[in-house]
Amino acid sequence: MPSSPRSQFVIKGGQVVDASGSRRADVRVRDGMIVDVAADMTTSEDEATVDASGCVVSPGLVDLHVHLREPGDEEAETVETGTRAAARGGFTAVVAMPNTRPPLDDAAVVSSVLAAGAATGLCEVVSSGCITVGRDGRELAPMGELHALGVRIFTDDGACVAHAGMMRRALEYAASLPGAIVAEHAEDDTLAAGGHMHEGAWSSRLGIPGRPSVAETVIVARDIELCAVTGTPVHFLHCSAAGTVDLVRAAKARGLPVTAEVAPHHFTLTDACCEGFDPAFKVHPPLRTDADIAALRVGLADGTIDAIATDHAPHTPESKEHPFEEAPPGMLGLETALALTLTELVEPGIVDLADALALLSWKPAAIAGLEHQGCDVAPGAVANLAVIDPAMAWQVDARRLASRARNTPFAGRTLTGKVRHTIFRGELVVVDGEATK
Amino acid sequence: MKHLLSIDDLDRASLTALLDLSEQFVAVNQREIPKVPALRGKVVASLFYEESTRTRLSFETAAKRLSCDVMTFSVAQSSVKKGESLRDTVQTIAAMGIDAVVVRHPAAGAPYRIADWIDGSVVNAGDGRHAHPTQALLDALTLRRRREIAGLHVAIVGDVRHSRVARSNVKALHLLGADVTLVGPPTLLPESLEGWPVQVSHELDDVVSEVDVVMLLRMQFERQQEGLFPTLREYTARYGLTEARAERLKPDALVMHPGPMNRGVEVAAEVADGRASLVTEQVTNGVAVRMAVLYSLLGSGAPVA
Repeated sequence: MPSSPRSQFVIKGGQVVDASGSRRADVRVRDGMIVDVAADMTTSEDEATVDASGCVVSPGLVDLHVHLREPGDEEAETVETGTRAAARGGFTAVVAMPNTRPPLDDAAVVSSVLAAGAATGLCEVVSSGCITVGRDGRELAPMGELHALGVRIFTDDGACVAHAGMMRRALEYAASLPGAIVAEHAEDDTLAAGGHMHEGAWSSRLGIPGRPSVAETVIVARDIELCAVTGTPVHFLHCSAAGTVDLVRAAKARGLPVTAEVAPHHFTLTDACCEGFDPAFKVHPPLRTDADIAALRVGLADGTIDAIATDHAPHTPESKEHPFEEAPPGMLGLETALALTLTELVEPGIVDLADALALLSWKPAAIAGLEHQGCDVAPGAVANLAVIDPAMAWQVDARRLASRARNTPFAGRTLTGKVRHTIFRGELVVVDGEATK
Repeated sequence: MKHLLSIDDLDRASLTALLDLSEQFVAVNQREIPKVPALRGKVVASLFYEESTRTRLSFETAAKRLSCDVMTFSVAQSSVKKGESLRDTVQTIAAMGIDAVVVRHPAAGAPYRIADWIDGSVVNAGDGRHAHPTQALLDALTLRRRREIAGLHVAIVGDVRHSRVARSNVKALHLLGADVTLVGPPTLLPESLEGWPVQVSHELDDVVSEVDVVMLLRMQFERQQEGLFPTLREYTARYGLTEARAERLKPDALVMHPGPMNRGVEVAAEVADGRASLVTEQVTNGVAVRMAVLYSLLGSGAPVA
């Protein structure tokens, strides 16, 4: 623990990994900035050190997909508890999804979320904005007003833009807003509505109505064509189906500005998890099959998938204390995403550590257009950093999560790799795994 | 056995033992006073989140004939709308002191969740599209009283996709050695039949003369609105057990229906009331089977008096 003020310290003994490569280096942080990066730095008597021996020092992680539940569902999560969970997960920026109550379709609501984020000081809270008013797909939200507040990611997440014509208009309009991207929750409601898990062998056996993979792929195919017509970048949220990976790969080969994210639960869990009817495993889009996991992993490895994003979706314990079909969809993700990536992708050799960090940090930072996130660890950069112990094994304990909710599907699971320290704008917000505020 | 949630809880031996025990209760039910003190002092709660007069009455009759005290909860969906979780509801009921809960719920798996939350036994009286194990048991008992089940060819006809009765019957009949053919249009069969020990036919005419048993499923009229089949007339034409079709059945073939029947839709009235029909026996045997289930879960294991 540093004894001097948290504003000045040296991260010692770690392996720095960023987009420019990997090297042994210590990192001096002062007044919010990285001021020096060099091997075996000598520190003065009064200079605090942060131990990073055996650890990886990475640009802070960036999560493109987080439900902070504020305003409207503060009993499940608040901006404060959500950003604390984010910091403990190594994230220095999160994109707040718009399905709050009221939704993020209005400048006042967006401003309140941004203000709440700034007040916590635990990580950067980036607000998304709705594509349509009330996320109901009928009228465009005031995208220009939201853009003026800094919104770059427009999405009706939780809902798909059902109407192809409306999606086209949104993409056309967004083309006039510099840096704007449109992010789709790709599930055709006419195919998925009334479903609660992946449609397949397990749903048929369990008698639970299904949400088929084709509900996702028809929208992905549609939106790729709309992207081609309009030229506006389209981002696919929480891709879950093997067919989506093929469609996105082909779109990229055509040179289209298409990006895609995958959530850790979709590359680790299958629909077989629903066998016991536990709503902890209920999520939209649903957990799919081993074949889908295999395809997502190939997509993560070959660059088709650009980012790992959590779709962190807190729900109160009582809201999950219903039958599977009646419980809300969604699961926590912020505090397990890195460990799942290391355990399930890096350890088996599917991606190397640098590629994993690219998926969790600098590539999503680029998609969101975040100037001070995912930057190389070099003098002059804002000090947004994660110090990661890649070898530490730990057991997920739902009661010990910083999130206000407890709905992790990974409770009891032993994972390898843990965030040791998180530095946000030069401040140690997590030390030895615990939030400092 | 603590709970009966699905036919999956049984193997061939325990299923057969349950049917054997059911026979004893069939005998009890034929007595002048069809009541035994076997479960005196035990409290059974019936918790129905979905209307079902038949199944509820059958269970409550079974419990009363075993001398149980029966508490009936008709849980309107309003308790869900009021925000009370299923867990709170069942723990409140459990706190009154009960030995078993008989649950009917529109959502698959609800009895599994309840079994995790309370100390008593849970009997699944039908959960969503998932399972209806006592229906499968009473169907097996009814069939077994007429024919040796092993080797029988059973057609289950109609809306298998949405049917808990079909799901449980496929398992029970397979355990007992029958061959099962599911008959219906692709839109009314499960999306995936991976792992199901069944054959499939899309035309009842193709199998009607070969099968030993025809189990008809109730056709819910709203399935037509959902676009799962064109018209009731077409459904009856392809999948209804009409009189003409019934004439093509083997001479000793049997006809079953879990009820309530849509006469003239999935089964002609004349066939439902005809010589081959086991429909009334199914209802009668339902009480005996449910007595056997409750006795197995709550009884001392002593022979039935």
